[in-house]
Amino acid sequence: MIVASGAELLPEETEGLTGPGWGETAFTYYSVEGAAALHKAMQSFKGGRLVVNIVDMPIKCPIAPLEFCFLSDWWLRKRGLRQKTEIVLATPLDGAFTKPVAAKMLGELLEKKKVLVETEYSAGRVDGEARKLYSWDERELAYDLLVSIPLHGGSPFVESSEELGDELGFVSVDQNTLQAKVAANVFAIGDATNVPTSKAGAVAHFQAETLIENVDRFLAGTELEKSFDGHANCFIETGYGKALLLDFNYEVEPLPGKFPFPVLGPMPLLKESRLDHLGKLAFRQLYWHMLLPGRRIPTISAQLKMAGKDTSLLRPEGGNG
Amino acid sequence: MTTVTLAGKPVEVDAEGFLEKPEDWTKEMGGEIARSAGIEKLTERHWQVIDFMRKTYLDTGSAPSMRALGKTSGVAIKELYELFPKGPAKLAAKIGGIPKPRGCV
Repeated sequence: MIVASGAELLPEETEGLTGPGWGETAFTYYSVEGAAALHKAMQSFKGGRLVVNIVDMPIKCPIAPLEFCFLSDWWLRKRGLRQKTEIVLATPLDGAFTKPVAAKMLGELLEKKKVLVETEYSAGRVDGEARKLYSWDERELAYDLLVSIPLHGGSPFVESSEELGDELGFVSVDQNTLQAKVAANVFAIGDATNVPTSKAGAVAHFQAETLIENVDRFLAGTELEKSFDGHANCFIETGYGKALLLDFNYEVEPLPGKFPFPVLGPMPLLKESRLDHLGKLAFRQLYWHMLLPGRRIPTISAQLKMAGKDTSLLRPEGGNG
Repeated sequence: MTTVTLAGKPVEVDAEGFLEKPEDWTKEMGGEIARSAGIEKLTERHWQVIDFMRKTYLDTGSAPSMRALGKTSGVAIKELYELFPKGPAKLAAKIGGIPKPRGCV
């Protein structure tokens, strides 16, 4: 059995979030309907305080909330509303990202774009009528527009199947083989797993190579390959026709450098650039015409490559989160 | 990595004061870390959370997040914040001598 049941949004688990104001002044863009409703609300937004809140980790694509802040900054400026709008990112993390080098660089970028960051903010409840968000330690954040990234959980059947999932309903697997802990003939992939890396499309893509190999090996009765290294790779659009690129895994945090080739790049890592934005646009074509039909993209491997990464910024003890 | 003296013994801690080696930890050290974080006396409720965190970490290799803690430790999130102000999972991990819970990427 291969479990690929994804992650689900649980906005109702945060007190008051889906109460008064949900769909009027409080939204999520983590669903198609939510994104469409937020789009409509933003069209009539006149300025004020825009609060982007990650209720708790894990979430699908932890970079998307930052991208939303960057793109909102750009979009509001184009509409002449940026001066009248305060953008606040309230995150449960102690920085802009989970890993130190990227947290510092992305933190500086948020500062440059005048996005205020409220760290270690664990949202406990929403008062939709008063338009206020409260953390568990009673820090109050008033908003005119709340963009919530709600709690995520695995599929309900995972949670109700004894020992299949963890306490959040994600399938407990070996993080390198993707074999479920509960039984040898069960595997999982993508958002459905509890592996400690991004719940993002790139991750599912890289996992697929390990999964296919290991299902074959399991059926042949041979030893499984411990080849999935937590590799994640994503673009962050930062507005103004620029983007930046992250490439990391379980052990190696996102670092500056060049991708996919050392020195030659051409795409810079962890640095805002026009080229990374063009890379993202090109990726659309690659996605539809190469990834989905199952063709391999030469130069991009399932495992992270260290070549081209600047490791000089790592702390001596190599601290990863 | 730095070495500090806790409950009379030298131990290695990271930049934020989390013990590098969970096996170095003793209950007395827990009490001392708690006091330096502003918790004068660890009650039975505190220990219920600390012991749970430590056990989970030693069994599974990772410390539970705050949300997981609220669901499985038998202490609700509201009370966790009363016991360990500001960051319950982080503070309980520090007192319990295990690494800082990783916010999953």
